[in-house]
Amino acid sequence: MENIYHSVRLDDEKCQGCTNCIKRCPTQAIRVRGKKAYIISDRCIDCGECIRVCPHHAKYATTDHFNEILKYKYRIALPAPSLYGQFNNLDNVDYVLTGLRKMGFDDVVEVSKGAEFISDATRKMLELGVLKKPVISSACPAVLRLICTRFPNLIGNILPLLTPMDFTARLAREQAKQKTGLSDEDIGIFFISPCPAKQTAIKNPLCYDDQPINGAFAMKDIYPVLLQTMDKLQPADVEPLNDSGIIGVGWASSGGEAAGLLKERYLAADGIENIINVLEELEDEKLNDLDFIELNCCTGGCVGGVLTVENPYVAKARIQRLRKFMPVSCNSLPKEFNLDAAGWTKELQPSPAMKLADNVLKAMRLMTELKEIEQSLPGLDCGICGAPSCRALADDIVRGYAEKSDCVFSALRSKGDDSWIPAPFRADVRTHTHSTDDYAHDFERAFLQQQDDQTKPEE
Amino acid sequence: MESIKLHYDVSADDFTRAGAASGDVKRTLKQLGVSPATTRNVAVAMYEGEINMVIHAGGGEIDVEITEDAIHMVLADHGPGIENVELAMKEGYSTAPDNIRCLGFGAGMGLPNIKKYSDEFRLETALGVGTTLYLTVYMK
Repeated sequence: MENIYHSVRLDDEKCQGCTNCIKRCPTQAIRVRGKKAYIISDRCIDCGECIRVCPHHAKYATTDHFNEILKYKYRIALPAPSLYGQFNNLDNVDYVLTGLRKMGFDDVVEVSKGAEFISDATRKMLELGVLKKPVISSACPAVLRLICTRFPNLIGNILPLLTPMDFTARLAREQAKQKTGLSDEDIGIFFISPCPAKQTAIKNPLCYDDQPINGAFAMKDIYPVLLQTMDKLQPADVEPLNDSGIIGVGWASSGGEAAGLLKERYLAADGIENIINVLEELEDEKLNDLDFIELNCCTGGCVGGVLTVENPYVAKARIQRLRKFMPVSCNSLPKEFNLDAAGWTKELQPSPAMKLADNVLKAMRLMTELKEIEQSLPGLDCGICGAPSCRALADDIVRGYAEKSDCVFSALRSKGDDSWIPAPFRADVRTHTHSTDDYAHDFERAFLQQQDDQTKPEE
Repeated sequence: MESIKLHYDVSADDFTRAGAASGDVKRTLKQLGVSPATTRNVAVAMYEGEINMVIHAGGGEIDVEITEDAIHMVLADHGPGIENVELAMKEGYSTAPDNIRCLGFGAGMGLPNIKKYSDEFRLETALGVGTTLYLTVYMK
């Protein structure tokens, strides 16, 4: 098994071994064994859905500690546009940007600035007609990983451009070097991230080797300190740092990137289940009449990231209000700009995670076995075995990661014991409607009994 | 020769479930490590056939056999049969009723697409009896 860096991790001490997460993982990457959950590394796409659903807060996203900035002489913050949606009554982005400066950053470069350049580069590439249509956005790193693991056939449709975060970082680094004369090691660039997938993309970039970003901070960690700093700002302190408009800031929510292309034939989907459905249709060539497909793993887009503070819809509404006071766009690429400078330097590689074996014949034998095992399982997908479905358990068994006796039904049957079946799967069991009747009846009987007792003469 | 056999019943007029069979075959092929191009060809050809069954034939049955060299599909229905096969094979020709076209289907690309995406294509049809498609996609 490949050992890949993942931001999403499990805190063994907090994990109670419940099965909430296994059912909600969109790539079926989690199992519960030995009273604890674990994540199958090559299937995890760092979407963070398990962080949302874990009632014990055992799943978490690793991001960098704020002290990391102390390692550098010149520190730059790259706020994701979704950050602007986290504050109530904000009507000027400069408060947020100045607040970041006061927190200890020498410079703040908005990711929405880089986004405007990427929007421009995408428009140019679409015009040149060099892209395979429909073009799939490359901005969401969880989508990229999902495509590599489950839809490798679609790798060729992905927009081969850097993400706004990556492009902004390169821009910020160049500017800082020119301005300060410092060398690369002295300049620290930190992304303020709405999600764990971005942290993973920083530590383990898929489309380039040289990483200009030094770390990422979770939006939810930065938020309380930033809010306090912003509260203390006097109007005179606020610096005019905002340098992006409607198009750049629009990338924060679903549909923003696509709208920035100024084309009509696009689709924007968000939420992991929805994007999987779109990718299935795309793979079956049912969406060939579209030019562009924007996909965001989180509901609502990046404002729905698991490291944000605010509800995605509230954040989106706030950003809409903020955008009203902004110009359409503040950045465009110079005419002579070489698009390669915003492009990937490494091919995206498929990493199919569901394959049973490297050789088709061997895989076919395992598949036959898998189908037989699946047939013998009860098909209830109860999750008691620690796998999300009977099919997933059968899959685990043929791969040698589980045994048939892990299924409680199979185990009882093999012991010749069918006396106990869990309540959800039993016929003679109290249901909600019956039980209320029973309770009412019990109550009535108890009441009559009590009256009887009271009317009885004392002995 | 070793093979994997899969069987699906396609129910009539249920568009919410149309594509379930081809979706399952696609998932199976991916797990087998079959090449993306082969998987795509099977998925597209079979999906179109499945949709045809729902639109025109009141459902039907699909049998799939996967061997080391090829994927064989037999899609059989007991629908009205095809009156003019030559016309039905023409791109853009459709007999789909308006209520189906409203759903975005019935563009007249079904049979031409099935032929395009399969390496071997044979169609047997009889009016009032039904239609059977025999498709083969070779492993690439």
